[in-house]
Amino acid sequence: MINDIISMNGYGIYVWSAFAFTLISFSVLYTVIKVQLVKEKIKFDAKYLTLSSEKKQVVRAQEAYKGILASNSVSKI
Amino acid sequence: MLKNFEPNKVFSLTSKAPKYILLIFIIVISIGLLEALIFSPEDYIQSHSVRIMYVHVPSAWISLGTFSVIAILSFSIIIFKIKSFVLIAKSLAPAGLVFNIIALVTGSIWGKPTWGTWWAWDARITSMLILALFYIIYILAWRIYDNTEKVNKITSLIAILGAINVPIIKYSVDWWSTLHQPASISIFSKTSIHTSMMIPLGLMTAAFALFSILIFLMKYNTELIKIKNKGLDRL
Repeated sequence: MINDIISMNGYGIYVWSAFAFTLISFSVLYTVIKVQLVKEKIKFDAKYLTLSSEKKQVVRAQEAYKGILASNSVSKI
Repeated sequence: MLKNFEPNKVFSLTSKAPKYILLIFIIVISIGLLEALIFSPEDYIQSHSVRIMYVHVPSAWISLGTFSVIAILSFSIIIFKIKSFVLIAKSLAPAGLVFNIIALVTGSIWGKPTWGTWWAWDARITSMLILALFYIIYILAWRIYDNTEKVNKITSLIAILGAINVPIIKYSVDWWSTLHQPASISIFSKTSIHTSMMIPLGLMTAAFALFSILIFLMKYNTELIKIKNKGLDRL
């Protein structure tokens, strides 16, 4: 039965390569986008930590930054 | 109502949603793959090669749908000056391009056992290739131009221009004599696909749609944090 699933009457090479290409493309795209996101979060953390305490208070008070601070590690410091 | 789309307001939602969408995507694609590769029947003419349809068709639908959404958003940006749509349109493009490439490559793989050739310059395939070029130009434009106003205008115009190609792709199989088969599924008429094949096709389409939403949200969050990073520099 497994041989039938793999060979698919001789069409296995086409079917499996199409599915493999799709899943590999998904993995590559997910990894690239995830890496970009993590890099930006790290940049944000690094910049935020170098701010003076007054500026940090200003940032915390702004609606625009609340969400990012809540999702980033710096908010836990 | 449009104020609800403002980046500052949606971030709390878009930052939490990806993990749940990823979980649902894994469940749906697992069931979809089992249905598509094992449980669905083979075609009486195409035999098992018909299974390529379960990755080829959803990819083509999503790449076309994504570009249509980008074009509509771009039209709103140009005409109604809705700035909050800029980030949404920009974040949709990477997933759209990848789905377009998947549709082209899997179509090519399907073409070999079905038509006896990897590639043919027929209307459907060529118009899909043109769509991929529009995606590439759109993404490159974002990388090339620094001026915000200029890049908003240029990318919006590229998307609107590319939208002309969308109905050409859709109706190419009706307007010209092509190797590509006509549409088997239609909203307005009876579909010619059996339920046993519609189930895996529906599941795979749902999984691919979830994946494109996941990538969109992650890219959107990245773009949002980039803007906030620039904001921190100005403090």
